[in-house]
Amino acid sequence: MTLLDFARGPALAVSFAVFTFGVAWRVLFLVLLPWSRDRSVARGSAPSAVVGAVRGFARHLWPRKAFAGAARFTTVNGYVMHFGLAIAFFGFAPHILFLQSVFGVHWPNLPSGLVSVASVVTLVSLVLALGHRFVSPVLRLISTANDYFSWFVTALPVVSGLMAVSHLWAPYETLLAVHLLSVALLLIWFPFGKLMHAFLVFVTRSETAIHYSRRGTVL
Amino acid sequence: MTTVIDRNAATRKFLAHTEGHLATYLEGCLHCGLCAEACHFYVASRDPKHTPAYKLFPIAKAHRRNKFPLALLGLAPRVSAEDLQHWEELLFDSCTMCGRCTMACPMGIDIASIVGEARQAWVAAGLGPADLFAAADSSRDHGSPLGVTPEKLRERIEWIADEHEVEIPLDRPKADVLLTLSSVETMKYPDSVASMAKLLNHAGVSWTLSTKGYEATNFGYLAGKADIAKTMVQRIVAAAEGIGAKTVIIPECGHAFGVLRWSASNMIGRPLPFEVLHITEYLAQLKRAGKLHLKPLTEPITYHDPCQISRRGGATADARYLLQDFATDFHEMTPTGNENWCCGGGGGVQAIGRAANLRYQVFKLKMDQVEKSGAKTMVSACSNCRLTMDESKAHWKWDGGLASLVELIAEHLVEKPAS
Ligand code: SF4
Ligand code: SF4
Repeated sequence: MTLLDFARGPALAVSFAVFTFGVAWRVLFLVLLPWSRDRSVARGSAPSAVVGAVRGFARHLWPRKAFAGAARFTTVNGYVMHFGLAIAFFGFAPHILFLQSVFGVHWPNLPSGLVSVASVVTLVSLVLALGHRFVSPVLRLISTANDYFSWFVTALPVVSGLMAVSHLWAPYETLLAVHLLSVALLLIWFPFGKLMHAFLVFVTRSETAIHYSRRGTVL
Repeated sequence: MTTVIDRNAATRKFLAHTEGHLATYLEGCLHCGLCAEACHFYVASRDPKHTPAYKLFPIAKAHRRNKFPLALLGLAPRVSAEDLQHWEELLFDSCTMCGRCTMACPMGIDIASIVGEARQAWVAAGLGPADLFAAADSSRDHGSPLGVTPEKLRERIEWIADEHEVEIPLDRPKADVLLTLSSVETMKYPDSVASMAKLLNHAGVSWTLSTKGYEATNFGYLAGKADIAKTMVQRIVAAAEGIGAKTVIIPECGHAFGVLRWSASNMIGRPLPFEVLHITEYLAQLKRAGKLHLKPLTEPITYHDPCQISRRGGATADARYLLQDFATDFHEMTPTGNENWCCGGGGGVQAIGRAANLRYQVFKLKMDQVEKSGAKTMVSACSNCRLTMDESKAHWKWDGGLASLVELIAEHLVEKPAS
C-alpha cells in the first residue's frame, strides 16, 4: 500500500468516522444535559422560541454599530477565512469528484484560478489571525494550546493543497497524500477542540437568544 | 489568620452549574477576544485580565477536567486554590453582570449568567469579598443590606411621610399592589420613596408597603449565596400573598428587578403568584391609562439605561415612553438603550470597597458620554447606579447633574385637570 493509498483509504475512513461520531457525541452530550426549565413569565410581546432563536442568530452575524470599530478586523478576517475555506473546499473540481465518489452527490465546480485565489486569501487571513493572536495582549492572555493547534490543523490542508496543485517541492502523489493526511488530522481533531464551534454556534446563539427573547430583548 | 480554601467544594459548585446549559457556553468560546472591548472594566483599565472570556477560565477548567474528553484520561489540571484567589477579583470586583459582552460575542455566550452562578463557588471555597458577603448576611439577619429592620423601616417611613407630607401606607391588610424598596433609597435617597408614594397616590392605586417583605435588593444573589437569595425572594412572595397583591413593584433598582422578575420563580421552584413590574414599567402603564398628569421638564437631560432593566430586563422602551412628551430637551447618549455602558457598580460591585477605584475609572466613560450628548443631567432609574455615579461624580468633582427618573416625574406632577 502506498502512502497515497493509505491516505485515501483507511486514513480518511477512520478520521471521517471519528469526526462523525465525535461530533454527534458532543452535540448529544450537550443537548441531553438537564436543561433547567425557566419558570419566569415571558413578556407578552416575546416571540416563540424558534423565532427568538432565529432572530438572535441573525443578530450575531455582524457586530452592532457600538462594537463595529473594535470588531472590524476580527469579523472581516473571520468571514474572509471561512468563505475562503468554503470556496476552496466545495468549489474545487477534484474535491467535488472525490465527494461524489463517496457520497454520490455533485455540483458544478468553480474555475480553478478562483479556487487558487480563494486558497491563498484564506491562508493570508489565517496568518493574519495568528499574528493578531501573537500581538494582541488580550488574545495572548486568553489563547490556549487548543487555539494554536486548531489553527495549525486548519492551515495545514490549505498549505498542502496549494502545494499539491502547484507541484511544489515533491512529487504530486506525495503532496496529495500529505494533503489527504492533513485533512484526516483536521477531521480527527475537529470534535475534540474548538473547531466544534461550527456546530456549537447554533446551540450557544439560540440558547442566549431564547433566554433573552422571553425578556423582550435581544443580546 | 489563615483561610482554608476549599477548592474541592468550589469545584463541586462549578460542576453543579455546568450540569446544565452553561456547559455549551464554556465549550463554545472561540478565544477571539471580541468581548474585551465591550466590557467597561477592560475599556477603563486596558488590562487584559478584565477580558470577559478570561473570567470564565476557572469554571471552564473545572468543566474540562471533569467532562469529556479529557476527563477520561484524567489529564486536565484541577482548579487550584491559587486560581480561586487570582480570579476572585475578576468575578466579583470587575464584573457587574451587565451582559454587554454577550452582545459583542460572535457565539452569543452569556457571560453575565455564568458569572452569577460561578460566584457560588467562591462562597463554597471560603473566599470572596467580605463587605459584599456582609451585605448579604445582613439582608438575611436584619432584613436589608443596610440594616433596615422592620422596626427601622416603620420609623423611617413615618419620618419620610412627615417630611414630604405624603401618605405612605404600611402593612395594609389588603392591597392590589405591593411596593418594595431598595434600602439604598430608604436610607440614602428618601425622596425616591416619597416620590413613588406620591405617584401611586396620585393615580389612585390600592397599594402598600409591608414589613414582612420590603427589601427589593437581593444581595444573596449578588454574593453567590443561593440560600440567602431564596430567603429574600420568599419574604416578598409571602408578603404579597398575605395581602393578596396582584402586582409587586420593584423600585429604582436594576438587579432587584432582574432577580425578582426573571430568576425568582426558578429559585422557589414555582411561578410567582403575581406580576413583577419595575417602577418605570408601572408608571408607563399609568401613563398609557391616562393616570399621570405632568408638566414638562425643560432642562437638557439624558437617560442612563440600567443594565438589568434595559439590556437584560427588556424594559428599555418604557423609560423612553415615559420621557416622551415630558422631557422636552431629551438627548440620547451614544451608545444608548440596550448597548449603553454600565455605571460600573452593578452586580454587587458597588458594595465592594476595594473596587472603588475601578468604578471611578469606569465612570469616565459615562462622563464622556454625557458631555458628548449635550445634556446637563444624567437621569437613571436605578438607585444603585445613582449611588455609584454620585460617588464617582464626587471623586472626579464632575459638574454634570445626576437625577432619578421617578423623582423627576413626581416633581412634575400636576393635579388632575378638572374634567
Ligand atoms: S457582563 Fe459586563 S462587566 Fe461582566 S464581563 Fe461582561 S461586559 Fe464585563
Ligand atoms: S467574544 Fe465570545 S467567543 Fe470571543 S472570546 Fe469573548 S466569550 Fe469567547
